[in-house]
Amino acid sequence: MIKAKQKPLAEIKQLIAPYKKVLVLGCGTCVTISFAGGEKEVGMLASGLRIASSMEGHERTFAEATVQRQCEWEFIDAVADQIKRADAVVSLACGVGVQALAERYPDKVILPGVNTTFLGMAVEQGVLVERCRACGDCVLGLTGGVCPIARCAKNLLNGPCGGSQRGKCEVNPETDCAWQLIYDRLGRLGQLERLDALMAPKDWSKDFDGGPRKIVREDLKL
Amino acid sequence: MKSGSNLEKVLTSGHFAATGELGPPKSADPEVIRHKAGLLKGLTDAVNITDNQTAIVRMSSISVGTMLLGLGVEPTIQMTCRDRNRLAIQADLLGASALGIKNLLCLTGDHVKFGNHPTARGVHDLDSLQLLAMVRAMRDEKKFACGEEITVEPRLFIGAAENPFADPFDYRPYRLGKKIAAGADFLQTQLIYNMPKFAEFMQRVCDLGLDKKAYILAGVGPIKSIGMARYMQNNVPGMDVPEDVITRLKGVPKDQVKKEGIRQCADMIRQIREIPGVAGVHVMAIEWEEAVHEILELAGLLPRPVV
Repeated sequence: MIKAKQKPLAEIKQLIAPYKKVLVLGCGTCVTISFAGGEKEVGMLASGLRIASSMEGHERTFAEATVQRQCEWEFIDAVADQIKRADAVVSLACGVGVQALAERYPDKVILPGVNTTFLGMAVEQGVLVERCRACGDCVLGLTGGVCPIARCAKNLLNGPCGGSQRGKCEVNPETDCAWQLIYDRLGRLGQLERLDALMAPKDWSKDFDGGPRKIVREDLKL
Repeated sequence: MKSGSNLEKVLTSGHFAATGELGPPKSADPEVIRHKAGLLKGLTDAVNITDNQTAIVRMSSISVGTMLLGLGVEPTIQMTCRDRNRLAIQADLLGASALGIKNLLCLTGDHVKFGNHPTARGVHDLDSLQLLAMVRAMRDEKKFACGEEITVEPRLFIGAAENPFADPFDYRPYRLGKKIAAGADFLQTQLIYNMPKFAEFMQRVCDLGLDKKAYILAGVGPIKSIGMARYMQNNVPGMDVPEDVITRLKGVPKDQVKKEGIRQCADMIRQIREIPGVAGVHVMAIEWEEAVHEILELAGLLPRPVV
């Protein structure tokens, strides 16, 4: 799922400074699960901003709402009235949600309240890790189910580099070396010979280098 | 001959090669290059010029290489995948070859995090193996990475690096083989201080017949101080500095450590010469180029062969 991290309060305060009526709008899907932008975080952020504003002597009101998904028109439209009443909306959704709001409400100021960080999972309570870069050309079938694009700091396709030591990455000793994991997995699967073949240069046009990506499913169009 | 470089001639004629290294300055000052070239001239068969070493911006490898040609020192330019995509790499290699550069070392490059622009985007369009394969195809098949034909191909003697001490240790000889299969004519290893472990590595390299397919140069470097040794031992990923290396340096008075470091480096070269499959040494004395003459003299590697 999409993982995000709330922006520092000081940065959010700066973003909302010109506005009097602010709606803090959460999203009930990915950011709720990553504890960054769900109903609970909306309440906490709005309270924090209220206290900060009153302490600084600003007359500013904060409304709160959370929709199930900010990346779908019909869910956003459920709070259309609250959005219309606000001068600005602080969206705690990922960048997709922020842009969906901006597109749906062209005259409204929409501000991001979180930094969208990566596609990943919680490996333990409170520890979220990146697992996918959405590169558009999955190689997991060749690498034992461990992604060298998302999990190797140099996205090597023919690793490991010389900085792999005791299973960890030189860039961050707390990060597992993806290529050590790949080596171990392929060994366990009896597929180490896969490493003999040179993996060809990646087609980055399927990643963001090809420009914004789009999937059109004619079979699903109405 | 792949490129007809001096290094290629020395290696193909069966001499035990010695290469050096020159770190370009963090400035536009050509005097630094002239000075360092003067210290290395005639001592080694070729001199590597680092490419933004440890991700720190420095004078470019190809421009320094061009200066060395004029100063009578054969350069081996280094090219990392960190700072350039496949277009930039190919363009620069065409230019390097046109300027008369004949040796190239292909590297992935240290991560930007370790350098002086840690917020820069690391390119990594290719990795070092894909780079090797691309350069070999440019030279031997006269083809760009996209498949288009090159009318006049870059004639380069292609090198790669390998760290025998990185993990997984069992895989390292195979990765060296993969680099040779991808296009490496010669290899230069990471700095070696753990002789028994390197000998074990080379044994496996020879068992795979890789020493017959490419020239393997062992990386060596003098240790300047106990502090430097400890730093490498504890803080440089992929470095293996055994305690006995430090013990030897500790056994001399403090003002003699540098001298002992030079002697130790020369002794290591002598030991390395006895290890089957090793075709030469790559002496890395970055910011201590003055030491190279004495090291090679003591190791019995001077004068260099004229081929």
